[in-house]
Amino acid sequence: METPILEMRDISKSFNGIKVLDNVGFELRKGEVHALMGGNGAGKSTLMKILTGVYSLDSGKIVIDGAEAQIRAPKDAEKHGVSMIFQEFSLVPSLTVAQNIFLEREPRTKLGMIDDKACVRRTRQLLEELDVDIKPDDLVADLGVGYWQMTEIAKALSKETKLLIMDEPSSSLTKRETEILFDFIGRLKRKGISIIYISHRMEEIFQICDRITIMGDGKHIVTAAVNELDMDSVIRHIAGKNLDKFEWKERNGIAKEDVILEVRGLQTNNRVNGVDFELHQGEILGIAGLMGSGRTETMRALFGIDPIIEGEVHIRGRQASIRSPQDAIGYGLALVPEDRRVQGLVLEHEVRDNILLPSISKVTSVLVNDKKGDRVAEEWVAKLNIKTDSIYKESRLLSGGNQQKIVFAKWLANNPDIIMLDEPTIGIDIRAKTEIIEMVRSLADEGKSILLVSSEMTELLAVSDRILVFHDGKAVKQFMRKDISSEEELQHAIQGF
Amino acid sequence: MLSKASSGNGVTGGASAVRPFNWRQYIVYIAFVGVLIYFSATLSDDGFLSTNNMLNIIRQTAIISIMGVAMTFVISAAEIDLSVGSIAALSSLTSAMALESGFGILGAIVAGIGTGLIIGLINGLLVTKVLIPSFLVTLGMMGIAKGLAMWITGTAPVPIIDKTYVFIFGSGEIGSIPVMFFWTLTAAVVGHIVLKKTAFGRRTLATGGNQSAARFSGVNVSRTKLYVMLGSGMMAGLAGMLYAGRMHSGRYTFGEGDELSVIAAVILGGTSLFGGVGTVIGTVIGALMIGTINNGLIIMGLDVSQQMIVKGLIIILAVAFGRKAINK
Repeated sequence: METPILEMRDISKSFNGIKVLDNVGFELRKGEVHALMGGNGAGKSTLMKILTGVYSLDSGKIVIDGAEAQIRAPKDAEKHGVSMIFQEFSLVPSLTVAQNIFLEREPRTKLGMIDDKACVRRTRQLLEELDVDIKPDDLVADLGVGYWQMTEIAKALSKETKLLIMDEPSSSLTKRETEILFDFIGRLKRKGISIIYISHRMEEIFQICDRITIMGDGKHIVTAAVNELDMDSVIRHIAGKNLDKFEWKERNGIAKEDVILEVRGLQTNNRVNGVDFELHQGEILGIAGLMGSGRTETMRALFGIDPIIEGEVHIRGRQASIRSPQDAIGYGLALVPEDRRVQGLVLEHEVRDNILLPSISKVTSVLVNDKKGDRVAEEWVAKLNIKTDSIYKESRLLSGGNQQKIVFAKWLANNPDIIMLDEPTIGIDIRAKTEIIEMVRSLADEGKSILLVSSEMTELLAVSDRILVFHDGKAVKQFMRKDISSEEELQHAIQGF
Repeated sequence: MLSKASSGNGVTGGASAVRPFNWRQYIVYIAFVGVLIYFSATLSDDGFLSTNNMLNIIRQTAIISIMGVAMTFVISAAEIDLSVGSIAALSSLTSAMALESGFGILGAIVAGIGTGLIIGLINGLLVTKVLIPSFLVTLGMMGIAKGLAMWITGTAPVPIIDKTYVFIFGSGEIGSIPVMFFWTLTAAVVGHIVLKKTAFGRRTLATGGNQSAARFSGVNVSRTKLYVMLGSGMMAGLAGMLYAGRMHSGRYTFGEGDELSVIAAVILGGTSLFGGVGTVIGTVIGALMIGTINNGLIIMGLDVSQQMIVKGLIIILAVAFGRKAINK
């Protein structure tokens, strides 16, 4: 058998004494599309960051094309022909495709000026070779998202790349765009390009990948050809190695019969395509689904961020008209958004000011009553166990978990009835996670009604009374918590089988 | 809830609950004191320290301070207003014309402030409804307002003979203290309270600090921006009236280049050019510092060209020190 293009042997890596990669091995053959799978915290992204030179390895060996490769910086990875296509694209929208592809390494004329003609010619040649339907002179801004990705890939290939890493490449694409991308991946394969394909979508993986490697808890679990595995075994491998174990606990309060929020045929121009569901008083309703299935976007619509173009929202039995977050807040809604750094907090502002922002008018007569405001802030800092030297500390100086608690605090201080949580434990440490899960439970016990969007199955299963599965902008399935026997069952539903 | 009232890692109040020292906010005070000490030491024989000269500095910087107070809100909200100088020119004329036409002081106030409010409103609506960046809106408005100011009287100045108007709006003295001092003081105190102690002020800072987070927190971001643009127009209108009162006339040349001095005072004062952090008192100190430097350099006998260079250097240095200190 021919030498693999890439071999990562016994790779280990620790952060602050915590082992995140433990003797991981990974092998990639020439012209292979190799899926890399595993839950959050499995170590996939750390492994890829080591391969692309973002992190350096503690021990182990990287062998590329039979020779040991020292990858200490992104530049080294590029030298060895390794490129990663990022989810957030790194193109300049106001430049043309050709200008983007040769950005910072434009061919020069004899006089040292940029040789636009050569730039366009070489781009055209490249695009023809790849059989992509883009013109070198197209403005990137005018291309669809799917073509952005192909431009990005073309850019990588123009640098003699032989190994591509793609991270959830289809998550922002439509079905049609995804098909075009898969065709393209097929062509790359035939040209001998090797691809590491990171994804949670099994349907895709079984469609385009040759082999699958599953990681869990920083360890290599299994590598096998796709025809040796089926979805059940993949799910079992992934689920069996989840880092976080949250157990279902009976709560003191139970969900009442009263429907507090009813959503009928909700549609927006942003991926929400006829969502129906109801939420009961005191209930925790989990929302599962793949990236791009319309979960976040449904929350956005209900909170008045994205305009609702069709459908009805009833709150406490009355039709609600939500056109802005102010309206939503008026109906007793709160949203802990997906991206706390961008949407949740004013990072350079004090903990206190962030906590008080939605409820500032409650501590204001004519002027803000700072004593009262400080008391409110201190109360919530203590209640949620937010670790900070003082309520006057800038929020950016706190850890991720504590920042997320500030976002919770700012909404709880406003005393909402319906709390929407969008990936509330993403990117925070296990202790803060546990605290937040516990908080969600006690909020429901107090009679708050909760919508919980999460990609972490254990988390959903640990607290939800009921779970909705979203697919293509709709709520397609519903499970009562007690009817779900295992994480695998939920995974099946999410994958759309 | 998780009732862990005093587990020791929450806030315990007392000594730990002091605000951390923020260099950017204080650099202007340090710089201002430095400038004062330097000029006092070198120019004491030339009358720099005399009461008269000090009052002079206040008189000369008042208009910049007053526009700076409103600009602090604009910049705190991560917007900009380049039209303030032109608005001042136009409103100096409209208020002078109102007096000339016999509408009295009240009429002059309505005309002067009204001019500022109308332009501020147009600026604000273009920024919030048509979604044009404030830089472009106010750059355009700068030309329009200036053009209007030249056009309404065919570039001719409009003299003001109303003694009361002239006294109140700029030339008067109470005791031996110029009314300009009281205007500055009032603007600074009101501005400071509105920015630091009202819900509107907090929302302005949140909007500038992170517009997206502010919106997700239920702040009406576009109304907040409309109000800051409106406020800036209004204060520029007042500034125009003060020009008219000090100079006993309305003229289209008033306020020329003031937008840059105002922005310099605001940034020098510690307000972040990127929004989210603002200080009205800092702005007034910033304006005073620029005025003091101007004054000192004139007494030193530097000519205009040298003054400009030294002033520019000092502004860059002060801001650079402020940045360096916060990056530590």
